[in-house]
Amino acid sequence: MEIDPLIFRLSIFILSIFVGYYVVWSVTPSLHTPLMSVTNAISSVIIVGAIIAGLSGTSDSIFNTSSIFGFLAIALAAVNIFGGFLVTQRMLAMYKKKKKDK
Amino acid sequence: MISANLSAIFYLVSGVLFILALRGLSSPETSRQGNFFGILGMVIAITVTFLSTGSFSTGFIFVLIFILAGGCIGAFIAYKIPMTAMPELVAGFHSLVGLSAVFVAISAFLNPQAFNLGSPGNIKLGSLIEMSIGAAVGAITFSGSVIAFLKLQGIMSGSPITFKGQHPLNAIILISIIVVIYFLCSTQSSHLFWILLAISFLIGFLLIIPIGGADMPVVISMLNSYSGWAAAGIGFTLENTALIITGALVGSSGAILSYIMCKGMNRSFFNVILGGFGGTEESVSNLNKEQRPVKSGNADDAAFLMKNASSVIIVPGYGMAVAQAQHALREMVDTLKKNDIKVSYAIHPVAGRMPGHMNVLLAEANVPYDEVFELEEINNDFANADVAFVIGANDVTNPVAKTDPQSPIYGMPVLDVEKCKSVLFVKRSLSPGYAGIDNDLFYKENTLMLFADAKKMTEDITKNL
Repeated sequence: MEIDPLIFRLSIFILSIFVGYYVVWSVTPSLHTPLMSVTNAISSVIIVGAIIAGLSGTSDSIFNTSSIFGFLAIALAAVNIFGGFLVTQRMLAMYKKKKKDK
Repeated sequence: MISANLSAIFYLVSGVLFILALRGLSSPETSRQGNFFGILGMVIAITVTFLSTGSFSTGFIFVLIFILAGGCIGAFIAYKIPMTAMPELVAGFHSLVGLSAVFVAISAFLNPQAFNLGSPGNIKLGSLIEMSIGAAVGAITFSGSVIAFLKLQGIMSGSPITFKGQHPLNAIILISIIVVIYFLCSTQSSHLFWILLAISFLIGFLLIIPIGGADMPVVISMLNSYSGWAAAGIGFTLENTALIITGALVGSSGAILSYIMCKGMNRSFFNVILGGFGGTEESVSNLNKEQRPVKSGNADDAAFLMKNASSVIIVPGYGMAVAQAQHALREMVDTLKKNDIKVSYAIHPVAGRMPGHMNVLLAEANVPYDEVFELEEINNDFANADVAFVIGANDVTNPVAKTDPQSPIYGMPVLDVEKCKSVLFVKRSLSPGYAGIDNDLFYKENTLMLFADAKKMTEDITKNL
């Protein structure tokens, strides 16, 4: 009997939870705020689903109910992607070590 | 057009890059590189999606337009937002992830052919289950985050909103979500799908309103976790590895942060979620409150004490963020350092309104991160320090947590501020902190209260140094 592909996805999911568990524990507490903003940005990879939804219209009617929801989701996820990564970048640029000379 | 197998491999690559992005945050030196990996992973995921759909039609142009529109808004917000508003921003961003998960689920429900999930009214059972879970969690994330945002922004009162029968009501709604998903999957009825969304929005709202302002670190972490599970749910529906990996990463990240925050308050997760903290205890503590003498001083006294110290520990809290006092504080510390006084910063895990809030503010004010210490690292140093400068923190310094088993905060890890030779406590009044209990520290022999706005007081001290 063949194994359902769902089982493979489930395996990836479970293993990723473990990877996440160990990786996040190694994050230094002083970077917990950037951690939240970057996880925010990467969870917006949901945009791949939104793009498929947005392109689901036919060539005569690009906009149907389904694709409109897709386009809205694209815009929301894009706000998050750009906003999330840029604000993380901005925060991380502020973390500096003590200057030796001065 | 690239093959499904090839695009699956690329999605896996972007998933791995996201893992590296989080891994980079283990130290500030590697963190910027980590963020770059994250961006790279996102670019790969989006490009592959374009290539695999293969149709460079007019729809494609609209996709780009919407990405650009959203991207400009996001970039604008990212550059404009003040660092003190970071908790609101993160809550707002969580709501967007939640809402876009809901929209993708709606779109997939209305047009399952586009996603290879069957046809309307005849969606594959597995996909429908995954889709409805993703949609429900997304909706909860959205409405919960909106409430958290409004509370943090001060548009809505930060105090817990409770009413009779709240918990039974929430329990009924949560059970009905499961029942609706069950019937949705057996009947494929679109009415049930909309009902599912409506009650999920409602429960997200109801779950967050009873939680008070100082518990926000837990709430934000929890919503962070939810947004991850919502993404994972959609990832299963779309059979997309990048989404599944990311969802799992974000979900566990948020869960760990919630755990750390709860531990920082010595409260169980359910205790925080069930909410209502601070309301009832306050009335009890007010009963046996007698007027006790406090010593208060001015900027001159504080400057005198610090000038004669050889080491000073700064304890910042949410009040510093409210008063925007981080830059004034850094200037004061610079002056102290010029007088060869050793200065370090002590940060309690739940100081501020989100995990790591104080660290970001200090970094913004150009405080080197190797002068900033966590509770466990620095707590023993208070006994050897001359002056503790408490600015905007309260409950996290309350010695009652160690001495009085009756106290609602008993057992919470606190900074041993009272062990310092002298304590300077900047505060606007003697009012109790968030937990509604009096801080014993106010009345200690070695405590000098500085009643003023945190920023103004810090500036005045600098002038007097």
